[in-house]
Amino acid sequence: MTVLVAPAFRALDDNRQFALARDRPVRHIVLAIMLAGGPFAVGASLAFGDGAGDPTPIKNESGKYYDKQGNPTFKVQSDGTVDWSTYSGFRRYHSDCHVCHGPDGEGSSYAPALSHYLKMKNYSDFADVVVNGRKNVNTAQESVMPSFGTNRNVMCYIEDIFVYLRARANDAIPRGRPQKHEDKAEAATQAENSCLGHTN
Amino acid sequence: MRNFLLTTCMSAVAVFATGAAHANDELIRMSQNPKDWVMPTGDYANQRYSKLKQITADNVGKLQVAWTFSTGVLRGHEGGPLVIGDVMYIHGPFPNPVYALDLNNDAKILWKYEPKQDPNVIPVMCCDTVNRGLAYADGKIFLHQADTTLVALDAKDGKVVWQAKNGDPSKGETGTSAPMVIKDKVLVGISGGEFGVDCHVTAYDLKSGRPVWRAHSQGPDDHMLVDPEKTTELGKPIGKDSSLKTWQGEQWKTGGGCTWGWISYDPQLNLIYYGSGNPSTWNPSQRPGDNKWSMTIFARNPDTGMAKWVYQMTPHDEWDYDGVNEMILTDQQIGGQSRKLLTHFDRNGLGYTLDRDSGELLVAEKFDPKVNWTSGVDMNKSSPTYGRPKVVAEYSTEKADVNHKGICPAALGTKDEQPAAYSPDTGLFYVPTNHVCMDYEPFRVSYTAGQPYVGATLSMYPPPGESNMGNFIAWDGKTGKIVWSNKELFSVWSGALATAGGVVFYGTLEGYLKAVDAKTGKELYKFKTPSGIIGNVTTYEHGGKQYIAVLSGVGGWAGIGLAAGLTEPTEGLGAVGGYAALKNYTSLGGQLTVFALP
Repeated sequence: MTVLVAPAFRALDDNRQFALARDRPVRHIVLAIMLAGGPFAVGASLAFGDGAGDPTPIKNESGKYYDKQGNPTFKVQSDGTVDWSTYSGFRRYHSDCHVCHGPDGEGSSYAPALSHYLKMKNYSDFADVVVNGRKNVNTAQESVMPSFGTNRNVMCYIEDIFVYLRARANDAIPRGRPQKHEDKAEAATQAENSCLGHTN
Repeated sequence: MRNFLLTTCMSAVAVFATGAAHANDELIRMSQNPKDWVMPTGDYANQRYSKLKQITADNVGKLQVAWTFSTGVLRGHEGGPLVIGDVMYIHGPFPNPVYALDLNNDAKILWKYEPKQDPNVIPVMCCDTVNRGLAYADGKIFLHQADTTLVALDAKDGKVVWQAKNGDPSKGETGTSAPMVIKDKVLVGISGGEFGVDCHVTAYDLKSGRPVWRAHSQGPDDHMLVDPEKTTELGKPIGKDSSLKTWQGEQWKTGGGCTWGWISYDPQLNLIYYGSGNPSTWNPSQRPGDNKWSMTIFARNPDTGMAKWVYQMTPHDEWDYDGVNEMILTDQQIGGQSRKLLTHFDRNGLGYTLDRDSGELLVAEKFDPKVNWTSGVDMNKSSPTYGRPKVVAEYSTEKADVNHKGICPAALGTKDEQPAAYSPDTGLFYVPTNHVCMDYEPFRVSYTAGQPYVGATLSMYPPPGESNMGNFIAWDGKTGKIVWSNKELFSVWSGALATAGGVVFYGTLEGYLKAVDAKTGKELYKFKTPSGIIGNVTTYEHGGKQYIAVLSGVGGWAGIGLAAGLTEPTEGLGAVGGYAALKNYTSLGGQLTVFALP
């Protein structure tokens, strides 16, 4: 019995936070299902989820959002306004990743669709590949991704790129440039300047 | 043979000079034999025109597949085969295998060369691991490898005769272009405009592989092989430090101006012609100045590399409109006079015609009506901005962190490297074009050797209200007018071929090889090959029969940008309707298909 209660309370908290940004009825539906079906139903009713777990934002640090496990996450309002990280990630993805991975994380003739990849992989998987690169060289293929660990144009924005692709993996944003976004926080500008250092 | 070469090396340079003249004359003579296809561009004029006429507009509808050959490699297959006598030489994308096929024996493999290259070169090739083809001269086949090695192979057995390292992939330098043999030298460019490379064209001695000269696209005058008094632009000497004055500080050292396109040559004028690519970065506000000599047509002396004339088409580029496309040489009548011309279909959407001797600008007109970033080039000789394109303020991308919308053409240009063809029978050019626009947002980036140095986001889509992403057109270069235009669903990314039979061939990204009437553009034949075509259609004759050959294997920039389909630009909220996705029409492949009449 206690097993049922504990997840219910936690789930309720998440949904209350999320429900503030989304339609209220969702919370009611979830509650109803939980009461009806027990813990399995709770898991199933949280329809959003990717390799990093529940992407619901529960913490806001100067305009950057984090989920309950502390992973960077996206926040999309009902009118489509995205948080700054998601918007920044769209731009940075299309500068450095798009050339191989195609537009909007959709893949190309030779590199995988990251919007699908993140349905199954989490932030540390993602960061590992971006920092170290990847080599799949055998008789069937020669796929090589470079290491971006020394590339400030990527590393200074790696959280943003993850957040953007995570939003795509969850179908929280459609393809194309996000039309509306939250303002860039002063903290973001400062972090960017100190990280990028001098430009050429 | 090797000992003989060694002893001649010891003796006077004069011996080389004699050998040189032979290599030069031999190739010119061979390129006039319509049965063969001896250089990647067909001939030195880059016309991609064949005198073969067994296949005509009347009978091409009966064309059939004669034979096929798999290269064993996936990824984008650019370029085309060479045919010399009874042997066909074909190449592939990374790892760049080379095959010699016996045309007397159903393309049995006479030899195969597969270089051992570090796969770490793959991720520094911005736009797929393509290779644009082989060169031949003096019993040797020349390959420009992805890792920038230029190798000379014995055409009889594929054994390495010499190798030269042209660049350094750890700095983002790679090789994709086809080498060209001009007189006693092999010329080769280099890639890396998205990696801040200071690009150049280098000439290697044909017999020994020793470097003879190297001309950069930016920097001090001696680094660029330009003469302040003798090198001219539009008739005027370019003056001292013409490049340095147009870059801030040392930015020219990561300047780009890459040379990954085609080279043409006029043996009478003794001039080679090629274009340079975009300046690094894609963020124009980070590199103030005209950024000379990126986006420039160069006319150089092949013996010394010294530039005779230059012309910069897109000063202070704001859109990535590389100037590397082919320079087609023709002799045509303008104003009642026979002129030696150079015609160039630039990424920026303008079709240029120049006098290839003096560099005088004769025509600069849009070869896609939707081109909007410029209202035209100033053609007034007494104007201070003579020869400059007038930039439409709305489509300038100078402001960083602003999304500039609706610019046509997109960065991939109205035409990319896929070469056009010219028919002296019709006097028309046949041009494979892209019909795509973009939003472009530049932003601040920092430079690290070997890492991408881009600095802009772009989204691409067909011009508003249209759904075709390509057109195949016929163009009159004397007047700068489109004569006919055939819509294509996707950008036309293959090299065209014109023939004396009155037929023009090209390939589509879905994989169709198409034949159209050279006069009217009417489609006469099509066949779906196993994968999208980004190769150059080639023709040759063997055993009394004319053949048409083309490589299939989707990739290149089209394979990246178009695979998943483009999206409606103005939709942000719940956008559905994307445009046709290339991945719904074709997958990766790697095959040569050869056609003939039954």
